[in-house]
Amino acid sequence: MSETVKVPTMAEYMAEGKQPEVLFWVGCAGSFDDRAKKITKAFVKLLNKANVDFAVLGTEESCTGDPAKRAGNEFLFQMQAVTNIEVMNAYEIKKVVTACPHCFNTLKNEYPSLGGDYEVMHHTQFLKSLLDEGRLTIEGGKFKGKRITFHDPCYLGRANNVYEAPRDLIKKLEGELIEMKRCKRNGLCCGAGGAQMFKEPEPGNKDVNIERTEDALETKPDIIAAGCPFCNTMMTDGIKNKEKEDSVQVLDVAELIANAQDL
Amino acid sequence: MQYIPNILFVIALVAGVGYFTKNIRKVIRNIRLGKDVDRSDNKGERFKNMAMVALGQSKMVRRPIAGILHVIVYLGFIIINIEVLEIIIDGILGTHRIFAFLGGFYDFLIGSFEILALLVLVSVFLFWMRRNVINIKRFKTLKGWPKNDGNIILYFEVVLMTLFLTMNAADLQLQNLGADHYVKAGAYPVSQYISPLFNGMSEGSIFLIERGAWWLHILGILVFLNYLYFSKHLHILLAFPNTYYADLKPQGEFDNLEAVTNEVKLMMDPSADPFAAPAGDESEGEPEKFGASDVVDLNWVQLLNSYTCTECGRCTSECPANQTGKKLSPRKIMMDTRDRLQEVGDNIDKNGGSFVDDGKQLLNDYITTEELWACTSCNACVEACPIGISPLSIIIDMRRYLVMEQSAAPTDLNNMMSNIENNGAPWPFNQMDRLNWSNE
Repeated sequence: MSETVKVPTMAEYMAEGKQPEVLFWVGCAGSFDDRAKKITKAFVKLLNKANVDFAVLGTEESCTGDPAKRAGNEFLFQMQAVTNIEVMNAYEIKKVVTACPHCFNTLKNEYPSLGGDYEVMHHTQFLKSLLDEGRLTIEGGKFKGKRITFHDPCYLGRANNVYEAPRDLIKKLEGELIEMKRCKRNGLCCGAGGAQMFKEPEPGNKDVNIERTEDALETKPDIIAAGCPFCNTMMTDGIKNKEKEDSVQVLDVAELIANAQDL
Repeated sequence: MQYIPNILFVIALVAGVGYFTKNIRKVIRNIRLGKDVDRSDNKGERFKNMAMVALGQSKMVRRPIAGILHVIVYLGFIIINIEVLEIIIDGILGTHRIFAFLGGFYDFLIGSFEILALLVLVSVFLFWMRRNVINIKRFKTLKGWPKNDGNIILYFEVVLMTLFLTMNAADLQLQNLGADHYVKAGAYPVSQYISPLFNGMSEGSIFLIERGAWWLHILGILVFLNYLYFSKHLHILLAFPNTYYADLKPQGEFDNLEAVTNEVKLMMDPSADPFAAPAGDESEGEPEKFGASDVVDLNWVQLLNSYTCTECGRCTSECPANQTGKKLSPRKIMMDTRDRLQEVGDNIDKNGGSFVDDGKQLLNDYITTEELWACTSCNACVEACPIGISPLSIIIDMRRYLVMEQSAAPTDLNNMMSNIENNGAPWPFNQMDRLNWSNE
C-alpha cells in the first residue's frame, strides 16, 4: 500500500479561497486501522475518478464521539461533538460524506441539535448519487458472476433505514446478490456496535461475529460485502475463525467498485 | 323485588369499573414519576403510527403465525365488545336483547360475534399450545408468575367465550320454546350446535342456564378488566398511548442530554468565569443526576413502555447478545423496570403518598451491569417490538449513570475513552498522524 493518493485538506482549500463540493469525513478507523485505510483509499480513488471536488479535515478531524456516547459517556461525546462542529462550521461545511455508518449516524442525527447541521451521506449513498448523475460508471470486471452477500450495518440499516443504496451499487457489478436469511431490518449485528469493538464480550456461548459469519456462509458467497469498517473487521475475523479466508473475501462496497475497475 | 337483578348489576358494574379506575390512576401516577420528555410534536405522524402499529397491528404480522392468531383474538375482543354494550344496557334496564329491533342487522351482528368467538377459541388453543407444548424458546424461558400470567389470560378468554356461546345456545332454545321475554332475534351459526344439548330440559332449567351464563359472562368480563392491572395484559389499553408517544426519530439517534450540553457549553466558552457561582436562582437543589440508576431517573415514556410490555419476547429472540448466550435480555429489562416501578408505587401508597427509601434501586437489585454492558446498541429489540417499546433507551440511560456518576465502565472502555479525550481517536494514535494514510 505504498501509493500516494491526492487528498486535499480543508485548510488548503481555505487558503485558496475555495470551497469543495463535499467534505470526506474519514473517521478514526478509516484513518488509523490498517484494513480500513484500504477502504478509505478505494473511496478516494472513486472520488478522484468521478472528478469530485472533495477535501478532508486531516489533522483537524477528531473522533465524532460515537463510541463514547454508546458507552454512556455523554460528556465526552458532547465535548467531541462541539469541538468538531466548531471546526466544520468555521469551514462553512454544507455536505459531508463518510464511509463509516457510526460517524454517519452521529453526524447526521446527533450533531444538529448541538449546532452542526449538515447534509450527511453514507459513501454508498454518495456513490449511488454519482452513478445516477452519470459521473461514475460501475462495471463488473473481476466480480462478474460472483456470489456476493451484503451485511447490513446496524447504524446504516435499522438506525437510518438505508438498505437500497449499497445493494443498488452491488447489483451494478453484474454479480449475484444473495441475501442472508436475516437481512435489511432483520439483519443481525456483527457484534461491534455500542462500543463493543473496544472491549471483550461478556461471557456467553459464542461471539456475535461468528453467529453472523455463519449467516453469511450459508449463502455460499464468494464475497461478503460490508459498508462499515467495524463490520468489516468483525466479518474478516469470523471468516478467519472458520478458516475460509482462501475462498471468501470480505470487502467494502467501495473496494468492490474500485477493484472491479482495477483502480 | 323485581328490580333486585338491576340493582345487583349496577353494584357489580360500579364496583368493577371503580376498582379498575382506582388502579389505573395508580398506573398513571407511577408513570408520571418519570422525568419529563416532550412528545407533543408531530401529532399527525403520531396518530398515523398509532393507527398503523396499535390499531392496524402492522408489526404483529411480521411474524405471520403469531401475528394472524393475534389479529383474530384482537378483532374478537374489539367486536364482541359491541355485544357487551348490549349486555350492560340490558343489565341496567332489565331488558333482554335491547338491540333486537335492528332486525336483520342484529342477526348479522350476533352471527359475526359467534363466528369470531369460535375463531378466538381456536386461536387461544393454538396460543396455549405455543406457550406450553411447542418448544418456543421465548416462551420456554418464562418461569413463575409471568408464565402463569400468560396462561391465565388464555383461560379467561376460553371461559368468557364459552359462557358467551352457552348463553346464546340457551337463549336460542328458549326462543324456540316461546319462553316469555325471549323474543326471536339473532342468528346463531355456532351455538345452534350447542343448543341441542338442552333438548328435553325444562324451560326453568334452561332459563337458569341462560341467566347463569349471562351473569357469569359479564362478571367474568369485570373480573378480567380488573385483572389487567396485575398482568402483562395491560397492553390492550396501553398499546395505544405507547405507540402514540413512541420515539419518532431515526432509531440510531440517541438523545443529547441537555444538562450535559449546558456544562459543555460553559466549558467551551472562553469568557466563562470558572469560579463563578452557578447561574440562576439561589435554589439549593442537588445538581441533576446523569443517567439512570432507578426508575424515577427514567422518563415517563420509558415507564409507560414498561407497563405496556406484553412480555412476548420478540425483542430478546432478536437480540444478538442474547442469541450468543449473554445474560442480556431486553424483555427482562422491561419486566424489571415495571417490577421496580410497581415496588416504588406500592411504597408510596404504603407511606401515605411519599416514597421512603427502601435501600433498593433498578441498577444491581434488578438489572446487573453485566447485562448492560453486553448490548451492541443494534436496535434489533426496538425493531422487533410490535408496540414501539425501546429497551435500548433504558440500557443507554443506565450506562450513562455507570459512566458519568460512578466511573464504572469496564477497563477496556475506560482506555478507549481516555484515548478519545487525549488524542481524538478510540485507539492510542496521535491526532497529528490522521492523514498519514494518504501517503502510506
